[in-house]
Amino acid sequence: MSQAVAIEAKNLDLTFETGDGSIQALRDVTLGIGKGEFVSFIGPSGCGKTTFLRVVAGLERPTGGEVRVNGMSPDEARRDRAYGYVFQEAGLYPWRTIAGNVRLPLEIMGYSRSEMADRVNRVLELVELSGFENKHPWQLSGGMQQRASIARALAFDADILLMDEPFGALDEIVRDHLNEQLLGLWDHTGKTIGFVTHSIPEAVYLSTRIVVMSPRPGRITDIIDNPLPRERPLDIRDTPEFLEVAQRVRKGLRAGQSYED
Amino acid sequence: MNRILPVLAVLAAILALWYVAVMPMNAGWTVAQAERAGQELTFLDIVADTMNQDRPRLPAPHQVAAELKKTVLDTKVTSKRSLVFHGWITLQSTLWGFALGTVVGIGMAVLIVYSRTANMSLMPWAVISQTIPIVAIAPMIIVVLATLGVEGRTVPKAIISAYLCFFPVLVSMVKGLRSPGPMQIDLMKTYSASAGQTFWKLRLPASVPYLFTSLKVGIAAALVGTIVGELPTGAIQGLGARILIGDQFGNPLMIWSALIAAACLAAALVSIVAALQSLALQRMGYAR
Repeated sequence: MSQAVAIEAKNLDLTFETGDGSIQALRDVTLGIGKGEFVSFIGPSGCGKTTFLRVVAGLERPTGGEVRVNGMSPDEARRDRAYGYVFQEAGLYPWRTIAGNVRLPLEIMGYSRSEMADRVNRVLELVELSGFENKHPWQLSGGMQQRASIARALAFDADILLMDEPFGALDEIVRDHLNEQLLGLWDHTGKTIGFVTHSIPEAVYLSTRIVVMSPRPGRITDIIDNPLPRERPLDIRDTPEFLEVAQRVRKGLRAGQSYED
Repeated sequence: MNRILPVLAVLAAILALWYVAVMPMNAGWTVAQAERAGQELTFLDIVADTMNQDRPRLPAPHQVAAELKKTVLDTKVTSKRSLVFHGWITLQSTLWGFALGTVVGIGMAVLIVYSRTANMSLMPWAVISQTIPIVAIAPMIIVVLATLGVEGRTVPKAIISAYLCFFPVLVSMVKGLRSPGPMQIDLMKTYSASAGQTFWKLRLPASVPYLFTSLKVGIAAALVGTIVGELPTGAIQGLGARILIGDQFGNPLMIWSALIAAACLAAALVSIVAALQSLALQRMGYAR
């Protein structure tokens, strides 16, 4: 693993002011993510894992601490096209074809016509959606739609991919398939991936490191280095090594739980 | 056939009710005439007479049909007696009013969606505008425009028509432009998209289904607006004028045939917009 840092958070605090009091979504979050790492964030609802990703993307402003993305502030990094963001819903535009949806960020960023066509072809191939260019989103299954949304995030060659529970709404079989594909994609593109999930097997299967978080206030309770090799067939999930890591994640999640409620 | 059958069934029911109502509505006059002449009438005599009076309170459907045939098919379309001529006058104002109302509705919706101030100041007035009886302001609009030197009736009628038409478009477009969820807006942010790009690439296309739905209401409202605009303004041309003149000269056949013509015109206009809607949505890929 290279030593260069892609994402660095120092003593991050974020408090939301709401109608009935303030909610501390993040408290004292300090974390470094190296270039080319695959880091999963896991924890119960309200633990701030999504909020952390949104802060990195500049969609939320921290109330304390600092984030650097490729050595820049989140806003600068965004203008520098440092990251692509994948949401839980595919959120494809129904009035655009699959190719049109993937082209959307390229149009906004002002790529030339031929460059757009090249890139659309390339990323659709990457997510195995070649041949679906002229279909409309409703003609695709949920898993295919989510793959198209990943292609959209990859289209402009950001070297960081931020994924907020991208497979959360899909059934387990489709999910397994997409996990395998994502791992392959990460392996041959060398991107840095921040991945939010609810699922322990998913986190262990995909990541080089797993960040365990807990709610009220949202904070990091454990960071687990995943010793599994980079080469991971799906049945690695039945090996003792895999189960051991999963065990540790589960323990971390339990330890983070407060018993006040 | 499956779609036409229910419509025809309702039409048949309306016609049946109409015929049933003709006798009691018109019988008074028949009986009074007979009494004056000292005649005895059987029930069938009364029915036969009520169906064919010259100036019935409620003309029978076949009388209206005959009048429509006379004024639509048998009269030259350039004649002042032709309903096609009057319908054309009304249609022109309707289309101008529809265009004006749609542009104003969309423009105001954009302002309201993008400006908090406009949202708080314009929206309540848009709602209030619809509570004012159009018959009350129509003469004022004519007087003001005449003072400004606008000649003819097409412009004032179009403005009155637009006054009714803009509101459904405004309400739907505000909803349509706001329809993209927070995730869609965030996605545009992650691309550092400008406000203009977010409008043209996200908000506007997302609002198209809402727009067409409101255009169907809007074009019908524009027609009603034009006809109402013709009533209190002393117009002598147009379907509204026919209704008014028929009323003043006690000619119910004229009123009813103008009424039916207006209904047919409205149905045709709404159908055209509906056809454009399905065409546009299909081309945009919404249809499945």
